[in-house]
Amino acid sequence: MYLRFFVGSAKLVLKGGRLYWAWIGLLLTLIAVGLHAYIEQVDHGLLITAMRDQVSWGFYIGNFTFLVGVAAAAVVLVIPAYVYDWKPIREIVVFGELLAVSAIIMCLLFVFVDIGRPDRFWHLFPPFGQLNFPRSLLAWDVLVLNLYFLINFTVVTHIMYRAFNGKHYRKRLVIPLVLLSIPMAVSIHTVTAFLYNGLAARPFWNSSILAPQFLASAFCSGPAILLFVLQLLRKVTNFEIRDEAIWKIAELMAYAMFLNLFLHGAEVFKEYYSDTHHLLFTRYLYVGIEGHRTLVPFAWTAVCLNLLAFLLFVIPRTRKNVVTLNIGCLAIYAGVYIEKGMALIIPGLTPDTLGEIYEYSPTLNELMVAAGVFSVGFLVFTLMLKVAVPVTLGEFTHKLPAKAPV
Amino acid sequence: METEKGISMNRITRRKFLVGTAAGMLMTSCGPKRLYELARPDLREALDRMEKEYAVKYGKAVKVGSEGPIKGVKFAYALDLSRCIGCRTCVHACVHENNQSRDPEIQWIRVAGIDKERGVDLTHADYYYHPDKVPEPGKFYVPIQCQQCDNPPCTKVCPVKATWKEPDGIVVVDYEWCIGCRYCMAACPYGARHFNWGEPGLDPADVNPDTHYLGNRPRPKGVVEKCTFCIQRTRKGRYPACVEACPVGARKFGNILDPDSEVRYVIENKRVLVLKEELNTIPSFFYFYGV
Repeated sequence: MYLRFFVGSAKLVLKGGRLYWAWIGLLLTLIAVGLHAYIEQVDHGLLITAMRDQVSWGFYIGNFTFLVGVAAAAVVLVIPAYVYDWKPIREIVVFGELLAVSAIIMCLLFVFVDIGRPDRFWHLFPPFGQLNFPRSLLAWDVLVLNLYFLINFTVVTHIMYRAFNGKHYRKRLVIPLVLLSIPMAVSIHTVTAFLYNGLAARPFWNSSILAPQFLASAFCSGPAILLFVLQLLRKVTNFEIRDEAIWKIAELMAYAMFLNLFLHGAEVFKEYYSDTHHLLFTRYLYVGIEGHRTLVPFAWTAVCLNLLAFLLFVIPRTRKNVVTLNIGCLAIYAGVYIEKGMALIIPGLTPDTLGEIYEYSPTLNELMVAAGVFSVGFLVFTLMLKVAVPVTLGEFTHKLPAKAPV
Repeated sequence: METEKGISMNRITRRKFLVGTAAGMLMTSCGPKRLYELARPDLREALDRMEKEYAVKYGKAVKVGSEGPIKGVKFAYALDLSRCIGCRTCVHACVHENNQSRDPEIQWIRVAGIDKERGVDLTHADYYYHPDKVPEPGKFYVPIQCQQCDNPPCTKVCPVKATWKEPDGIVVVDYEWCIGCRYCMAACPYGARHFNWGEPGLDPADVNPDTHYLGNRPRPKGVVEKCTFCIQRTRKGRYPACVEACPVGARKFGNILDPDSEVRYVIENKRVLVLKEELNTIPSFFYFYGV
């Protein structure tokens, strides 16, 4: 039975048009490039990156942080779908969870490529390893990320497998797990924010507004990706996704973005008005210090994109227009990517704790490794969608082999 | 009947428990472990292995010592800001003593050159000053290394317990267990932790063969390292290399629990300050104005 599901899935994955294979080919190429770059990195050490003692985390950890946010996409949909039983969204929840699974895989990979001793990764896993729980927030993060991954993975595979067998999923299993995934999604964000938040050595992060801000921006970026995917699915498959579902998500994003901008504003006010030594980091981000301005254009780009997206999503007419909706999605995606990635990590570490300014910007090798990690995530997501769509449509089941697109 | 049943069930669970424990012990006894957990004989065995590896790698005998903390001793450091001339002799003495990588260059002591009119303000410090002659007029110097905090933010964050504070106050790293995540570097308010970004470049001729397993033994690539108050020296009653090297006698070191020690005298009788006092790290490293 399981075998038939696997074989059937494999057949589905292997069937596709020219565009599909071009996309898969591109991803595989990028994975190869990333793998090669990673082997170089293992060979030479992290010296091959632009990170140094002064700025000891960079592009990898920035991407990790951003992707923890993306993994929330599931929850922003799960809440209305299950709590208010709102049908149009309910049908597409499974795609949100697939996205969460792919995002968590990328998160774990980004942490993996960042550590200096990947051969000792198992030190994190008891009983062979030693997890410093509950003292280290990184230990908490390892736990909640893996748990969140397991929950979503279980729900998704269960729904798929049952549907394949022509049965409805077991409510007694799925509903509690889905409900559990809501606080879990909040907790992966909170814990990841606390990871930075708890460091008194870094005033830029040591602000209680960080965790709420993480949640707010996560509720923007995750759905932005999902909106693209949903429109794409509507185009290339006969999966029916109603306009109201898309508009509703866009409306929720507008509120989340407002909250995000408000929290940012509150933080900027506090820094500038109190004007202490801690202002340095915010200044490094928005205006630069003594000619060190690497982040400044990125910071302002993010602010503008976020504002633009907020306006496009809050006005009903632009929210409901396909063109402006997609511009808004792109703007949010790019804006939050900057804000939650480099614009969060780098000013946290620059100037360093002793006041030295080392301007970090990633090397080509770092970019290639990151491209590889993103490609792994996209590949996983694509392949899972390839199976999930026909299953959800009822085209892929062992009961109707004639209709299955094998 | 009921009691019999209860007893037999008890036996099964006990047997299961014993088997489980045995299996667990077997699993954890295989493979590498944290040096922190090793019993004395096992530790010596592990250190003998290290010595053999170093002998092959550097072509000379390297002794890896395992001196433990001495009862009644807690180390403290005091640095006289009014004497320091910013010559960086300590920096280089430290590098030679502690087998730091020469290329890429790692230094455990950073010396901040600051304008006198600013006071101890690190935001305007210059770490790369290179005048013909020190001290420069209008400047003063603050050498900064691990402050061996009593409330260390760095050990708390380590996800795998690869770094801890010893009973004599020294914060150490297990180079065999560190996974290189660098969370401790983000947590340290003094920039005292350094990472081996590449394979440490250490010429065999430069290797100091008198080492300690938690201190100056040569490090592998991809792990974090830091000042250990020269644990290989101080646990044998010697001064740290930086104290010995300082040409102006600005560096004082000793047992803070000993009422007759020099550091104790400084702390009790001079104007003392610690860096970033507001962070509550409680450093064992004091700065003072001696003159």
